[in-house]
Amino acid sequence: MSRLGLMWSGLFRRRVRTCLTVFSIMIAFLLFGLLRSIADVFSVGVDIAGADRLMVAPKYSIIDPIPYRYISEIRAVDGVEAVTHANWFGGTYQDPRNFFPRYPVTPREYFDLYPELRMPAEQLDAFDNTRTGAVASVALAEKYGWAIGDKIPIEADIWPKKGGDRLWVFDLVGLYSVAGNASAQDVFLLNYAYFDEARQFGEGEVGNFIVRVTDPNLAAEVSRAIDALFENSMAPTRTATEAEMQREMFNQAGRIGLVMTAILGAVFFTIVLLTGNTIAQSLRERIPEFAVLKTLGFTNGGVASLVLGEAVLLCLVGGALGLGVAALLTPWVAGTVENILPGIELGWTIVATGLGVAMLLGLAIGVLPALSANRLQIVDALRARG
Amino acid sequence: MSALVKLNGVSKSFIRGKEELRVLTDIDLSIEEGDFFALMGPSGSGKTTLLNLIGGLDTTTAGYVQVGDTRLDELSSKALAKWRSEHVGFVFQFYNLLPVLTAQRNVELPLLLTKLSRSQRKSNAATALKVVGLEDRADHRPGELSGGQQQRVAIARAFVADPEILVCDEPTGDLDRDTADEILGLLELLNRDHGKTIIMVTHDPKAADHASHVLHLDKGRLVDQVSA
Ligand SMILES: Nc1ncnc2c1ncn2[C@@H]1O[C@H](COP(=O)(O)OP(=O)(O)OP(=O)(O)O)[C@@H](O)[C@H]1O
Ligand SMILES: [Mg+2]
Repeated sequence: MSRLGLMWSGLFRRRVRTCLTVFSIMIAFLLFGLLRSIADVFSVGVDIAGADRLMVAPKYSIIDPIPYRYISEIRAVDGVEAVTHANWFGGTYQDPRNFFPRYPVTPREYFDLYPELRMPAEQLDAFDNTRTGAVASVALAEKYGWAIGDKIPIEADIWPKKGGDRLWVFDLVGLYSVAGNASAQDVFLLNYAYFDEARQFGEGEVGNFIVRVTDPNLAAEVSRAIDALFENSMAPTRTATEAEMQREMFNQAGRIGLVMTAILGAVFFTIVLLTGNTIAQSLRERIPEFAVLKTLGFTNGGVASLVLGEAVLLCLVGGALGLGVAALLTPWVAGTVENILPGIELGWTIVATGLGVAMLLGLAIGVLPALSANRLQIVDALRARG
Repeated sequence: MSALVKLNGVSKSFIRGKEELRVLTDIDLSIEEGDFFALMGPSGSGKTTLLNLIGGLDTTTAGYVQVGDTRLDELSSKALAKWRSEHVGFVFQFYNLLPVLTAQRNVELPLLLTKLSRSQRKSNAATALKVVGLEDRADHRPGELSGGQQQRVAIARAFVADPEILVCDEPTGDLDRDTADEILGLLELLNRDHGKTIIMVTHDPKAADHASHVLHLDKGRLVDQVSA
């Protein structure tokens, strides 16, 4: 037996009571785990740059083309600060399993619209000036072992070259890093000018436009104005409201966070009261035992830390169980709400925070009983029994 | 033989509210190393109080207790706790075992305060249980043992860390005659074969018969000292 074993044994004095206590702590931390992992989705949303960006996509199908020339009309809309465009290039790099998006873009415009993509100026110049130039994110380059100067062959599926040649070879002239952790930005960018000129068909068409508005609050208005421009054309557009939805989410995230904090606060307050009371009761019953430990030579501090340790242990066990169950349930929760709220995940930070909170909870609950165990006079306690 | 325990002008009062209750008055006493010492006297005469002072569970109001070269009144509460763990074992009337722990683990408790390794603690506790004849009950909890068996476990716990002194407060007070005699025999064995100095409070004259010295306390004063 060790001191830990002694602490542990204290928990089994009243099995049912201990189980109920652990159970209520477990429920609290189950809630903690689930609510935190949901709340994290919102905070990730807040971290994403581009609340001021709109997507202009084909109205009916994402594979319909949009004429490139729309760009000047969009640029003229009130509230539009900058516009660029992108396409879906498709293709295969060596093996179909090597999947990463490839977009033909206009280099300067694109990097202007995505300030979270960071690339040295001379590499951007090179990208702009090299017809067959391409750039990729540092993460992609690491994954495939690319370095600047490499030739990257892409086998076309949608876009063969004039004459039917399917092999496109690009010169890697730059590597950009992504501020924040938006892995959605791990893409391979190539020069639209070259792409548009060399492809067999579809000249002058793009897949979508990306618009930056002067003020995120104008997003809805600008979206409507853009769609109105092309409503009766051959290629009507639907300006995606993601940014708008995101913006609403940002407003709500604060409120949701507040609600969650309030729920958790109430739950933990209740747990502290209930568990604190239970532990205090358990301590009162064991006063003679603590006195006996002191007669054996356990110091006041030793007995107090035993009591404190027991409370912490109880909370850690309950917390670990609760977080464990939360970890088991999260994938299921994430699956059921994937369409409304993608990306729910119980990360290690939540687990670590949860265990930290459990420990603090244990300390908070244990501190008063520990103090009274510390003060306990052997002689009085023994007389109370005899 | 030299005096192991010496009480020098010991008085003890308890203060309850505004009243001061004097329980022990000016006690001088010395107990030899290897003694089996019995303390008798009417209820409320201060026997437990005196025993607690000798065992370092409480402190004197006046005078001092000296054990070996150590004056207990000079120790801090932490040092006193350490001193207890090394020098005294306690046996109580109601055994005072921890109900959640098995016999083996109850006996192991004092060893948690030593530098012994886990396996040494285990084997020492097992040996102590063997001495009290309970090796086959090592995995029983106190609730599954008879009173006499529980007291044996308590005795094993008292001497497992090899203290010089065993302090016993009415160790047979809750037991029938036969069981009491077994317990007294066990204490005698520890005294005779293991050289433990035993200081025992008892109401039972037959228990006192096992002692080498008997002393009577009345209203907080020593009455006489009769050699057996
Ligand atoms: N911690 C204490 N606080 C107040 N009074 C105490 C305390 N301990 C003992 N007393 C009082 O001191 C007196 C002697 O008590 P003590 O327990 O030493 O007697 P005792 O001889 O052991 O009696 P018994 O044979 O009944 O065990 C009693 O009147 C008791 O009420
Ligand atoms: Mg008494």
